Amino acid sequence: MIHKYKLCGYNIVLDINSGAVHVVDELVYDMLDNISPPFEASCSERVANKLSRFYDKEEIITCYEEIRKLHESGTLFSEDDYEKFTEQSADAPLKAMCLIVEQDCNLRCEYCFAEAGKYGFDECAAMDFKVGKKAIDFLIKNSKERKNLEIDFFGGEPLMNFEVVKKITEYARSKGKRAGKIIRFTLTTNGILLDDEKINFINKEMSNVVLSLDGRKETNDRVRKRLDGTGCYDKAISEFKTLADRRGHENYYIRGTFTKYNLDFTSDVYHLYEQGFDQISIEPVIGKPDMPCAVSDRDLPRIFSEYEILAKRILADKKRGKGFNFFHFMLDLDQGPCAIKRLRGCGAGSEYVAVTPDGGIYPCHQFAGFPEYKMGSVLDGEMDKALKKTFAGSHIYSKSDCVDCWAKFYCSGGCNANNYIFNGDIRMPHRFSCLIQKKRLECAIMMKAALADEV
Amino acid sequence: MKHVKTINEANLKETAETGGCGKCQASCQSACKTSCTVANQKCESKVQENQKLKSPA
Repeated sequence: MIHKYKLCGYNIVLDINSGAVHVVDELVYDMLDNISPPFEASCSERVANKLSRFYDKEEIITCYEEIRKLHESGTLFSEDDYEKFTEQSADAPLKAMCLIVEQDCNLRCEYCFAEAGKYGFDECAAMDFKVGKKAIDFLIKNSKERKNLEIDFFGGEPLMNFEVVKKITEYARSKGKRAGKIIRFTLTTNGILLDDEKINFINKEMSNVVLSLDGRKETNDRVRKRLDGTGCYDKAISEFKTLADRRGHENYYIRGTFTKYNLDFTSDVYHLYEQGFDQISIEPVIGKPDMPCAVSDRDLPRIFSEYEILAKRILADKKRGKGFNFFHFMLDLDQGPCAIKRLRGCGAGSEYVAVTPDGGIYPCHQFAGFPEYKMGSVLDGEMDKALKKTFAGSHIYSKSDCVDCWAKFYCSGGCNANNYIFNGDIRMPHRFSCLIQKKRLECAIMMKAALADEV
Repeated sequence: MKHVKTINEANLKETAETGGCGKCQASCQSACKTSCTVANQKCESKVQENQKLKSPA
C-alpha cells in the first residue's frame, strides 16, 4: 500500500508497510497513478504514451526504472506481512497505571470529558492512601518481568489530594526499588493549586508533567473557569512558568484544547511559545455534537488549513534555528517504536489500566465509571482476564477501518475509548479523530521532507 | 536516484523481527493526555543502545 499527497510544494509518497518516506518529482507522482506491481522489465507502451503528452520519453524510462528498483528493494508497494505478529504481546504484563487520585476539580471546563470529575459515578471521591498502596502492589505484582513502569497521577485535579500523591509516590519508590523496578511518574495539573512546595515536589519526583492551559487568555478563560465563573489563566500561566523554568524546560508539556471558539489555534500555540514554553500540545475538543463548543465535520476544512498554517510557521522558525516542539508534529521516522508496538498502540486494558478512588480497575481513565468496562478491583487484586483479552485483541488488524488505512502504523488504531464513546465499539475508529490525525501526520511528514531538503 | 529522494531508513519490517520487548513507554492516545501517536515515541531499546554508545568506556 502506498499513500501519496502534495503539501507545501512537496510530492510525498509513503510506502506504508516498510515505513519508507519518498519525496518525488511530478513524473513519479503521476506515474504512480498508472502503474502497480507486478512490474515488467520496462514501462508499458500504454503508460509511456499516456505520460509522454506531458513528459520526456527518456525521463519516463528512467523514472520507471527507479520505481521498479524501489519495489525490488522493498521500499515501494511492499507487502503487509505483520498480521502474524498480532499474537505477540497479546499476553503482555501490566506496565502503566493511571491513578485517578481525586475525581473532584477546582475548575469547570466546558468540555470536560469527566463531567467535572464524576466520571459516570454518582459523586466525586478522593483516593485514600490505603487504596493507592493496593494499586501500587497490584501494578508491581502484575508487571512480572517488566522493569520500566509508569504511574500517572490524574484527576479531576490531582493536587487537590496532594498529601496522598506524596505518600503514594514515596511508597511506590520504595516498593519499586525492592522489586527491581524503575518507576516513572507523571502528573497532569491545571495549575491552580501550585505553589513552591508542590512545584519542587513535582520537579523532583515526576519524570513528566502535563500542564493544562488553552493558550491566549481570552481563549482559555472562555472555557476553563473556576467554580465562581472566573477564568484561571493568570494563576495557571504564572505557576507554569515557574515550574517549567525550574525543571530546565525538560520533560513537560503545556497542553491545551481548541474548540470551535478558537479555530485560529495557531495563535494560541504561538502565544504559549511567546510566554516561554517550548513543549506544546494543542488539540481538538472531543465532545458530542450537542456540546456548545464542539467542533464538527463542518469545521474540518478550517482545521486542516490551520494545521498547514501552523506547520509552515514552525518550519520557517526551525529553518532559522528557532522554534519549539509541537507534540502532534513530532515524528521519528527512523528510531520510532517497533512494528509490534504499532499494532495496538496504547495498550489500554492490557498493558495499561486506570484505578479509581474506590479501587476499581478500568482499561484507561476514559473508561472509568463505565460499569460494563470495570475490570476488577485492586482491593482484592483480581482482574477480568476476558476483558484484558478483548483489549489485547483490539489491534489494527481487528479494526476493519484500519486494515486498509495508510496511517495505521502511525496511529495504531486510535483511542479505544473514543471509539467506544462515539461508535459503541472499541474496534470502530472515531472517523473525525482519524481525519484530524491523518492531516497532522501529513503535515509532520511534510516538515521532515522540508528539513531533509535543507541538508 | 534522479526522480526520488528517500528521507528515512524504512526499517519497519526489521523492527517487527527484533521488536516487541515492551520496554517502551505506554502511549496514551486519548485527547486529554495529548493523543500520542505511537509514531512520536522513541524505541526504548534504541535509546538505551545510543546512550551506551555515547557514554565513555
